[in-house]
Amino acid sequence: MKNSAVFQQNLKVRHIKERVHRTLMSLATLTGIIVLTLLLIDVLKDGAGWLDWQFITSYPSRKPAEAGLLSALFGTLWIMVLTALFSLPIGIGTAIYLEEYAPDNRLQRLIQTNINNLAGVPSIVYGLLGLSLFVQALAMGRSILAGALTLTLMSLPVIIIAAQEAIRSVPEGHRLGAFALGATRWQVVRNIVLPQALPGILTGTILAMSRAIGEAAPMIAISALVYLTFIPISPLDRFTVLPIQIFNWVSRPQEDFQHLAAAGIIVLLIVLLSMNAIAIILRNRYQKRTEE
Amino acid sequence: MLSGQLNPQEFPVGESFSSLRRIRQWSRLREAVINRLLFACALVSIFTTIGIVVMLVAQTVGFFSKVSPLEFFTGTKWTPLFQPQHFGVLPLVGGTLLTAGIAILIALPIGLASAVYLSEYARDKVRRVVKPSLEILAGIPTVVYGYFALTFVTPVLRNVFPNMIVFNALSAGLVMGVMIIPMVSSLSEDAMVAVPRSLRDAAYGLGATRLEVATRVVMPAAVSGIVAACILALSRAVGETMIVAIAAGSTPKLTLNPLESIQTMTAYIVQISLGETPHGTVEYYTIFAVGLLLFIMTLLMNLFSQWFVRRYREKY
Repeated sequence: MKNSAVFQQNLKVRHIKERVHRTLMSLATLTGIIVLTLLLIDVLKDGAGWLDWQFITSYPSRKPAEAGLLSALFGTLWIMVLTALFSLPIGIGTAIYLEEYAPDNRLQRLIQTNINNLAGVPSIVYGLLGLSLFVQALAMGRSILAGALTLTLMSLPVIIIAAQEAIRSVPEGHRLGAFALGATRWQVVRNIVLPQALPGILTGTILAMSRAIGEAAPMIAISALVYLTFIPISPLDRFTVLPIQIFNWVSRPQEDFQHLAAAGIIVLLIVLLSMNAIAIILRNRYQKRTEE
Repeated sequence: MLSGQLNPQEFPVGESFSSLRRIRQWSRLREAVINRLLFACALVSIFTTIGIVVMLVAQTVGFFSKVSPLEFFTGTKWTPLFQPQHFGVLPLVGGTLLTAGIAILIALPIGLASAVYLSEYARDKVRRVVKPSLEILAGIPTVVYGYFALTFVTPVLRNVFPNMIVFNALSAGLVMGVMIIPMVSSLSEDAMVAVPRSLRDAAYGLGATRLEVATRVVMPAAVSGIVAACILALSRAVGETMIVAIAAGSTPKLTLNPLESIQTMTAYIVQISLGETPHGTVEYYTIFAVGLLLFIMTLLMNLFSQWFVRRYREKY
């Protein structure tokens, strides 16, 4: 009887512990969401009043009231298009090679390990690579092209890994069926694997691109802190991008520039969120189709 | 190979056979070309690594021809921008470890707790709301986090610590911690979800509470994945740039006091990059020496976490 009383007592303590920890853990889970909300409120409160048409269509200026982010917006568009142009074919090509073509040997494992490690290299190191390779050694100068190539190298590992996952999700039986009908490897990839994997590949790559577009560090190493009052019209022009422009404003002590930074952040977040929305729409359409 | 074994006379229509052969040759050629092309794509990543190592090492050799490695690795003063110049990297390493340490102190308990919650407690409905919002949190550009640290967290903290400097290690570290929560949480959750159900059921059968199952059965079984997640998050914090460049200051200092202004390795590289320092000067070379050290530190952490997973993974 004594044992049972001890057990009952223990059990009560264990249940209390359970409940306390459960509450703490759910609070911990909420931390991220709470901070996200605070962050968005902070940005909107500081920046919404400064966000107007004039802000979008003006060049940077020493006078906060006249300043805008037109050159940065065009710079970001340039970088986005060129980076996608370079990184999508190379990234998807690498993923197809590793999943469908590469023999299971040391070279294939080396490439795979190498890609995993590249994904963990800090973005500023890619900036240094771009600065010494593209800007200096290949004499591209601090141009859009150098920036886009740098971002390409930086986003490739993430794009490759995402594309590999999408390709791996295509059932093996579909490939074998096509091979049995006499299809060549490329015919299998083109007609069986890619159509099924494409939505997954696109979702993954768009998310990877949206990460790359938000990166400021490697872009600062390439472009430095320029004060641009023209719209770049050739890939060899100098450029600035939204994250650099925001960083520029944040680092000034005057309060008005902080508001400009917040307004710039809103524009940047809108660009990124619309990219994410496209990715989510693609994912949903894809999921619906596989359920049918 | 197939066409070699077939005898053309067996085919009644010789014409179509030769065209079949042409198609076959053409398709074999195409296969070979495509194979090479795809292989060339895969080589880009190898050349990227070679490029990083060669470029960083070459410029660092240039740096060490002007500054002794002994001073670089053991000196406690970092003043390359003004006279007298000192090139001791320790203050930058100290600042990096201080902010990354604060970040891990925040991200580790919160990330782990939310991983346990999501894998052991949460209903599907909760998960479906929480996981995408963690994804959004992970997708916020770091320059935005920097802005948040400087304009929101610092003023709030200064109410608590009135003598805190505007640019300080604490708010940068805290916000960086929040930034890496999703990483800790989703990677450790993956490791916990992979623990087989039978282990949990056995513990429940013995009368364990949910918490006891989570902390004494699931977490020990998933420990390799959890440790790997933490090391990866630490490596990410060490390499993080914009938050510290905006909010932690630009005064290299060897200190453990988080209320002071410091400078990290990454923030130093940004500071020099901003100024378009002329190619070939010592200041220009310093960023590559610091960059190489940063690259080696993060690479070692990443390799260690991969090794740890391989070495200590429980197989079921």
